[in-house]
Amino acid sequence: MNAPNDMPDEFSARGPRPATETRLWLAQRLSAMVLGVCVIVHLITIVIAVQGGLSAAEITQRVGGNPAWTAFYAVFVIAISVHAPIGLRAVLAEMTKLPARRVDLLCFIAAALLFVLGMRVVTKFHALGGGL
Amino acid sequence: MSARHRNQANYWAFVVHRVSGVLLALFLPVHFQVLVLAVKDGASFDSFTAWTEAPMVKLAEAALIVLLAAHLTGGLRLLTIEFLPWRDWQKSVVAITAGISLAAGLVYLLNVT
Repeated sequence: MNAPNDMPDEFSARGPRPATETRLWLAQRLSAMVLGVCVIVHLITIVIAVQGGLSAAEITQRVGGNPAWTAFYAVFVIAISVHAPIGLRAVLAEMTKLPARRVDLLCFIAAALLFVLGMRVVTKFHALGGGL
Repeated sequence: MSARHRNQANYWAFVVHRVSGVLLALFLPVHFQVLVLAVKDGASFDSFTAWTEAPMVKLAEAALIVLLAAHLTGGLRLLTIEFLPWRDWQKSVVAITAGISLAAGLVYLLNVT
């Protein structure tokens, strides 16, 4: 992706780590594009799934061991693990007095937590089909 | 043109995007842990979903749906502003995002049994 060539020079290299901020901004937007598709699918799935009530059996039968759902939810979890911590980082940086390094550490932990907990769900459902 | 009231709808769109984003991030670990229960201990999961039959819990679920739809539509709005050339219709998008989000919550309530 090329930097806009109409940007004044004085704006192009300001701030402590402009390259890091730009990469995080881009990662946030790219993951948002993936999540846009995922969340639309998720909302439609929810409305269909809750008809007639939810049960563990119904969910595990639908998702368990189904490679398409496994792939979908793996992508969903990865995109969330990228997207949510960058958003939280902006909120913490702008709305709290925490030092930047502390904010970065907290958001790294949030990313790891979301990835591990999310992937644990994905692998457990996948394992129902005898895989892994 | 007063700066204080300029873009007021867009200011509220910013607030809703922040609040919904933080709440969804806090909800996700709980969501993941409950889903693990569906695989490991179906009976516990089903007794948990029995709790969700309570009207107040259903309303809270609908609120979560509205938050998710609001974050989705608000995010799509941001992407169109950042990546597409500016068009005048983008000024009206905030109203559309609010409408879709509330409609999503209503559709959920009409389908949940």
